[in-house]
Amino acid sequence: MAVLGSLFVIVQRNPIYSVLALIGAFFGLSGLYVLLEAPFVAVVQIIIYAGAIMVLFLFVVMLLNVPREDAAEWDRAHPLYRPWPMRIGALLALVTIAQLGWALSRTPGIGGGVGEQTAGISDVGALGRVLFTDYMFAFELTSILIIVSMVGAVILARRQSE
Amino acid sequence: MNFALIPLSHFLILSAVLFTIGAAGVFLRRNLITLLLSVEIMLNAVNLTFVAFGRQFGTVDGQIIVFFVMTVAAAEAAVGLALVIALFRHRESLNPESFTSLKW
Repeated sequence: MAVLGSLFVIVQRNPIYSVLALIGAFFGLSGLYVLLEAPFVAVVQIIIYAGAIMVLFLFVVMLLNVPREDAAEWDRAHPLYRPWPMRIGALLALVTIAQLGWALSRTPGIGGGVGEQTAGISDVGALGRVLFTDYMFAFELTSILIIVSMVGAVILARRQSE
Repeated sequence: MNFALIPLSHFLILSAVLFTIGAAGVFLRRNLITLLLSVEIMLNAVNLTFVAFGRQFGTVDGQIIVFFVMTVAAAEAAVGLALVIALFRHRESLNPESFTSLKW
């Protein structure tokens, strides 16, 4: 479901359908997190990604009344006759999947079941304890990051006064 | 059905496929919003890898990194969409090829 949703995001020409498909992909991913015994991450995935970020995207898409991506003439041409940036992009995608597949096939010890040690990793309390002790500094840094990005977004999207 | 027997490699393969889809979207699409969505797909692929490895090694560190990645993704989406709005006001277009003022 996640793969289908993500593919739909890419092949879709209307941005609104892209955003809705990505929400579906995120729901699929959150199901996978449940399978991985990370229910808190799954819930946060739904709330933050599907809830907040995607609503932001959808809001911008509808606010701008985005035109459908206009099909250039190369889009209907044969794939081999497209302009060179597209060819390089497709080539890079193929290279990426080849590299990742090669790395996965060379890595030992990943074929076993994923569920041997399960003690405590699905415990929200343990998660919070580690988050507020070992990762305290990074946590505070993210708060600064959020403030900076919020101020930056407001300033960037502000209508220029005269 | 026992879900605990899904091998780690399956999650890694799925993550690789998702990452490639995102990268292909960044390279192939000509729409700023779709580009940002592709970046989100790539971030989610990496999140899946983190959670899978955290499960494999029995630590919560993977899930904590996922929270930070989500925070960064939210900040990136906010700033990126603000930039998109500002650019759209200038050019009435979302095609990245119409923003060539800095190109020589």
